[in-house]
Amino acid sequence: MGLSKRIIPCLDVTGGRVVKGVNFVGLRDAGDPVEIARRYDQQGADELCFLDITASSDEREVIVHVIEEVAAEVFIPLTVGGGVRSIEDVRILLNAGADKVSINTAAVLNPKLVEQASARFGSQCIVVAVDARRVPDSSPPRWEVFTHGGRRATGIDAVEWGKRMQKAGAGEILLTSMDRDGTKAGFDLELTRAFSDALDVPIIASGGVGESRHFVDGVIEGGADALLAASVFHYGELTVAQVKKSLADCGIEVR
Amino acid sequence: MAKIAVVDYGMGNLRSVAKALEHVAPESVVLVTSDARDIHDAERIVFPGQGAMPDCIRELEARGLREPLLDAAGNKPFLGLCIGLQMLFEHSEEGDIPGLGLLPGRVLRFPPERMRDASGNKLKVPHMGWNQVFQKRSHPMWAGIEDGSRFYFVHSYFVEVSEPAIVAGETCYPFAFTSAVARNNIFAVQFHPEKSQSAGLQLLSNFVRWDGSADVRQDKALGVLDA
Repeated sequence: MGLSKRIIPCLDVTGGRVVKGVNFVGLRDAGDPVEIARRYDQQGADELCFLDITASSDEREVIVHVIEEVAAEVFIPLTVGGGVRSIEDVRILLNAGADKVSINTAAVLNPKLVEQASARFGSQCIVVAVDARRVPDSSPPRWEVFTHGGRRATGIDAVEWGKRMQKAGAGEILLTSMDRDGTKAGFDLELTRAFSDALDVPIIASGGVGESRHFVDGVIEGGADALLAASVFHYGELTVAQVKKSLADCGIEVR
Repeated sequence: MAKIAVVDYGMGNLRSVAKALEHVAPESVVLVTSDARDIHDAERIVFPGQGAMPDCIRELEARGLREPLLDAAGNKPFLGLCIGLQMLFEHSEEGDIPGLGLLPGRVLRFPPERMRDASGNKLKVPHMGWNQVFQKRSHPMWAGIEDGSRFYFVHSYFVEVSEPAIVAGETCYPFAFTSAVARNNIFAVQFHPEKSQSAGLQLLSNFVRWDGSADVRQDKALGVLDA
C-alpha cells in the first residue's frame, strides 16, 4: 500500500484547440480541450499536461483561457508548459488554474529562472522539462539536452543537467527521449533509469509509448514515478483505464 | 448567503481551492480574502498553504491575520489544507520555527535514510501523487468517502502528532504518518482535496455542510472510536 504511479495524458494545444486530433467515441468536438480534459478525467487520468505549442507570444492569452475553463470543472492536477520564459509567465499560468508550470528551453537559456520561480511559488509547482537525445555510440550511454522543441543541441549532459535543476528547485522532472518520441517503440528505459537513480525528485517518463507494456516497463525497468503519453490516448488506441489495468496486473499500484 | 472565507496570505494560488468550493457549494459565497473582517464574519474558514512554512507564518503575521485566524479556529468549522495543516502545530523542522500551536505535535522532514519501499526502491521526496488515506476514526468529514480512498499529496514535511486522539487519518510513505487530524471544530488534511477528484470534492462537500460540532462524544456513542 502506498503512492500510486501516475498516468498523465498530454494535450498539445494551439489556438485554443487540441491538435493531433482525438478519436474518442461520442465526443462532439474532437479538438475542444475542455471536453477532452473531462473525458480523460472520467477515464481515471491522475493528472493532465497541457503543452502550448503556439510559437508566437501574442497568442499566450489563449492557453490561459483554456486552463481557466478546464480548472473550473476538472479537479485533478494540471501541468502547463510550452514557451514559459519568465516569472510573469509562471504567475499568469498559476493564476489561471495550473498547479504546476513546466519550464524547458528558458531553463537552459536562463538557469536562474528555475531558482527564482521555485523560491517565489514553491518547488511543488515548478517542473523542469528535459528533452534528451542519446549521444551516438556513447558507452556507457550518455544523453545531451536539446532545446527549442528538440531542434537545438546544447552540449549539456542530460543527467548532470537534471541534478542541477533539482538543486535549483525543480519539484519534478518531465523527461522526454527525443530518440523515442513518436516512435511507439517504448520509453528510453536506460535514460529513465539514469535519471531516476541520480535524482530524488519524481521523474515523469515521456516519449515513445505505443502499447500498455511500455508503461509497465517505464515503472519497473525505468523506475519512473509517472508516465506521460499523448498519441496512444488521443487516437483511442488505449484508454487510461486499460493502461492502469495493465499496471495493476503487474503488481504496480494505481489509483 | 453563507460565507466561506479562504484565507489568503499571499502564498500561492488559491484559485483551485475556491473553484472546488464553489463547485460543491453553489449556494455559498466563497471569498478569497486577507481581510480580518471577512474571516470574522465568515461562517466557515478554509486555511490553505503552499511553499515553505517559515514564509507562510511570516506572511500571515505581516498581514495581521494570526489573531483573527486563531479566533476563528476557536469556534467555526475550520479546514486546514497541506501547509495549512502543518501550521496548526507547535513546531516545524522546516526553518526550526514555532507554528501556531493550536494542536500538539511537530512538523518533520521525510528522513532520507528511511525513504525506501519494501523492495528497496528509492522513494522520492516530495511525496507527490495519489496515496491512500486510512480513516482512524469516524467523523462527519469522512461521510461518503470509502476508507483507503486515494487523495492527491504534494509535500516534503509531515506532522508527528503527540496526542493520538486527534489523528483522523493515516497514510504510508513508507511508514505511517498522520494525513488528517480532527479536534472539535477543526479538521485538517495533508493532501489537496481540491485536486483529488471525486473523493476530494466529497470531503469539501462534507465540510460546507458540517456544523463543526465536537464529534468525539458522538463517536463514543456510536462505539467506533479507535486510534
